[in-house]
Amino acid sequence: MNDPLWVTFIKALVLVLVLLGGFAYMTLIERRLLGAFQHRIGPNRVGPFGLLQPIADAIKAIFKEDIIVSAADKVVYVLAPGISIIFALVAFGAIPAGPAKSLFGANPWVMNLDVGVLYILAMTSIGVYGIFLGGWASNSKYSLLGSLRSSAQIISYELGMGLAVLSVIMIGGTLNLQKLVELNVWSISPWLWPGLVIAFVAFLIAGTAEINRVPFDLPEAEQELVAGYQTEYTSIKWALYQMAEYVNMFTSAAFISTLFLGGWRAPGFFNAIIPGMASWPIVWLVVKMAIFIFLFIWLKATFMRLRYDQLMRFGWLYLFEIGLFAALLTGAVIAFVL
Amino acid sequence: MSVLDMAKGMGVTLGHLFKRPVTVRYPEQRAQVKARFRGRHHLLRHPDTGLEKCIGCSLCAAACPAYAIYVEAAENDPDNPTSAGERYAKIYEINMLRCIFCGFCEEACPTGAVVLGHEFELADYRYQDFVYAKPDMLVGTKGSKWQRREAERKGKEVRLGFEAGPRPELEGVDY
Repeated sequence: MNDPLWVTFIKALVLVLVLLGGFAYMTLIERRLLGAFQHRIGPNRVGPFGLLQPIADAIKAIFKEDIIVSAADKVVYVLAPGISIIFALVAFGAIPAGPAKSLFGANPWVMNLDVGVLYILAMTSIGVYGIFLGGWASNSKYSLLGSLRSSAQIISYELGMGLAVLSVIMIGGTLNLQKLVELNVWSISPWLWPGLVIAFVAFLIAGTAEINRVPFDLPEAEQELVAGYQTEYTSIKWALYQMAEYVNMFTSAAFISTLFLGGWRAPGFFNAIIPGMASWPIVWLVVKMAIFIFLFIWLKATFMRLRYDQLMRFGWLYLFEIGLFAALLTGAVIAFVL
Repeated sequence: MSVLDMAKGMGVTLGHLFKRPVTVRYPEQRAQVKARFRGRHHLLRHPDTGLEKCIGCSLCAAACPAYAIYVEAAENDPDNPTSAGERYAKIYEINMLRCIFCGFCEEACPTGAVVLGHEFELADYRYQDFVYAKPDMLVGTKGSKWQRREAERKGKEVRLGFEAGPRPELEGVDY
């Protein structure tokens, strides 16, 4: 069942490279799309259609002056962006991308954990340490305030997220993402659909907040709060934070697809077009992720940022309850109807 | 903000996604400049005689809030006059780095000799290249110093990156 260790290493390496390359081109896609939303063109100067823009950005980020604030706690200051990016990358490894042995005889995942759901939630939560330590180590009161704000936000929205996941876990009876996908939570009973739909919406909102995207992008808030915890960060360390954010976006999109939309599986009618098409590895997961990423960008183009008190009120007074309601509804259906 | 309103907002932005961008791809496409845009100065001549309008009175330099103008006047040679008046500007320099393009020189000029045109592509490399002398501004000169230098180097005509409405005092006059 499991691949030899060297295959896993190669897969992990490829996944990391794909994620980082994806991040680079995601910035371009996002800027082009936001440009289109605002009747602009977006970056199109570097290379054809601006395709070399990410490379130019990377060169710029690496060669910019790397300022280490003299009053900063140097070790933590340097470590914090690393924590963010490493745990963002590590989290993605548990996402399955196809049926077993479908990727040239190898399993299309890096790890198939029996606690996959918990693992992803845990790893994305550790990312908060990157944010918090970054703000703390900068030794700037504004960075510290920003990091406190961001940590509070992410921790608050994790509650709603966890409760929303609970419905899926109860239906599936497993925390193994691969088994959840193969089970297909929607196929069990139509009675479960209301709970799942509510959980899906709650999870989508909480996921948007978790990855600090508009309208919940208070951690960044370039315009009014001057990027909160990243205020003192420059050059490649700042780029690492950005990287972590975009990789978290990929993870979030993949996690939502895997939990609620059948992950790497496509609807059965695709098998009528080409037999076996619905279980092609990677393709469907990427398509679903693309849909969610487009949705995130679309949200960014549409909504304004929430105020901090609105953010917390929404997280604790609405999202928490919605998630709880979905979990109770699903639990009641499982207990009394099925 | 109800969910319906939010959906409506999303619909609005999605509609805008498919509209044509309004961006002018400036160096390739030409920018549109309004008729009263204030750009680089032109020194005019009388259309009929071809004599310079500038009489070297230095009123523009006096009016200039940025002290960007330097004028040195000289007596006209009666047989071969340079300007229509008694005197003419032997040296007329404007420092384009100091100039704020306010148009006060244009207003102060008693003969209407200095006029702010449409050219705005004045970028250059060295400080001294921003001091525009008479040959750089006399009417009929097209382009900034750098543009003319580049055009000469490449053997091409000066290409201005903008289009503007008509300026009768600058156009349609042959000298």
